[in-house]
Amino acid sequence: MTETAARSKYGRRNIVSGLLFGIGLVAFLDETVFHQLLHWHHFYDRSTTGVGLVSDGFFHAFSWFATIGGLFLFADLRRREALQPQAWWGAVLLGSGFFQLYDGIIQHKLMRIHQIRYVDNVHIYDWVWNIAAVLLIAAGCILLLRSRRTRQS
Amino acid sequence: MMNHSNHYSSERMAAHEYLPSALPFVLLILLYAAAAILSSRRYGRTWPLSRFTLWLLGILAAAAAVIGPLAEQAHRNFEAHMAAHLLLGMLAPLLLVLSAPLTLALRVFNTGTSRRISRILKGSYFRFLSHPVTASILNIGGLWLLYCTSIYSLMQDYLLVHLIVHVHIFLSGYVFTASMIYIDPTPHRTGYILRTVVMVTALAGHGILAKYLYANPPAGVPAAQAEAGSLLMYYGGDGIHIILILLLCLQWYRSARPRVVCGKKTSRIALGDQEVV
Repeated sequence: MTETAARSKYGRRNIVSGLLFGIGLVAFLDETVFHQLLHWHHFYDRSTTGVGLVSDGFFHAFSWFATIGGLFLFADLRRREALQPQAWWGAVLLGSGFFQLYDGIIQHKLMRIHQIRYVDNVHIYDWVWNIAAVLLIAAGCILLLRSRRTRQS
Repeated sequence: MMNHSNHYSSERMAAHEYLPSALPFVLLILLYAAAAILSSRRYGRTWPLSRFTLWLLGILAAAAAVIGPLAEQAHRNFEAHMAAHLLLGMLAPLLLVLSAPLTLALRVFNTGTSRRISRILKGSYFRFLSHPVTASILNIGGLWLLYCTSIYSLMQDYLLVHLIVHVHIFLSGYVFTASMIYIDPTPHRTGYILRTVVMVTALAGHGILAKYLYANPPAGVPAAQAEAGSLLMYYGGDGIHIILILLLCLQWYRSARPRVVCGKKTSRIALGDQEVV
């Protein structure tokens, strides 16, 4: 298989692998840093809506799978010499940002799964959390666009 | 961790009282060992020691859940009950599936018996039972029924219910694991995408139930025990789930290795599956 053919064929796999790993990475950091180390998040704070419980369950299970599956796809791309680092990292940032934003707005605020921290001025934490998410998404998009431009030229 | 039950120490059984109930488990270990030796002799190829070790550990995990001090505790303490269920319904099935008991059985039985076994495995009943969707519903659905209906309290009162629940927990755990990870001969295989989707859904069902039990304990379970038990269910489950996901991904990674041999890069591509540099 020629290099260009391999590139176009595995281009999508680069994106999928990066997105999965990004989602998984943020979920993993969320669990270790905010649940286990800082104890800011609560396992279950009893104000969670039913749909929040379901959403949380699916995202938790999916993120376990995403981390491991994303890395296996990464290994597969490497053995095929079809890895596009810029696109992959772009997708990682995009996936991270997307999950961070979903967690910050839908899961924390709408479904009330738990708050970032149980303090009076939690809205400051919410803003920092969600702005960080938007920055991650922006950085991811820039990297993805740049990788597309380098490939076209 | 779970030594705070009030009457427990006075009722503790001496080690020798467990011996009769340990007998079936010892027999299972010996049976596997004998079959492994027989198969090694017959085929001139040693049955891997690693598989025997997995079987040994799997039987020990199952035994620890049904007999001995943990099983005693599990009658009174929800956290101990959850620990026993993790061993019986998740860890033991995983270890036993990995020890490939069916492959070993097919090797040592005579041709007639082996053929009869594979005919059963190929049949439509088994196909239905071992489908990932059926297996997941039996496994996770069974757990929801157990903890959200009165089965849990019935199980503490009636030996027969207790027995049925345990057998179901183990068998459904085994069928679920075997429907996801293919170690033994599997006549009805399903694709990786289907198994991934079903596995994520099943794991979600497990996690959701664990969190639900945190706030809504089964009848008769004190709040503190429910919280400890559900945390154990959630994080202990995660531990086993990681291994399941890893194995499923690994099987995909091996099956998807590039086999294309053409052009200049032949040697490098052909080595692709071993190369991790």
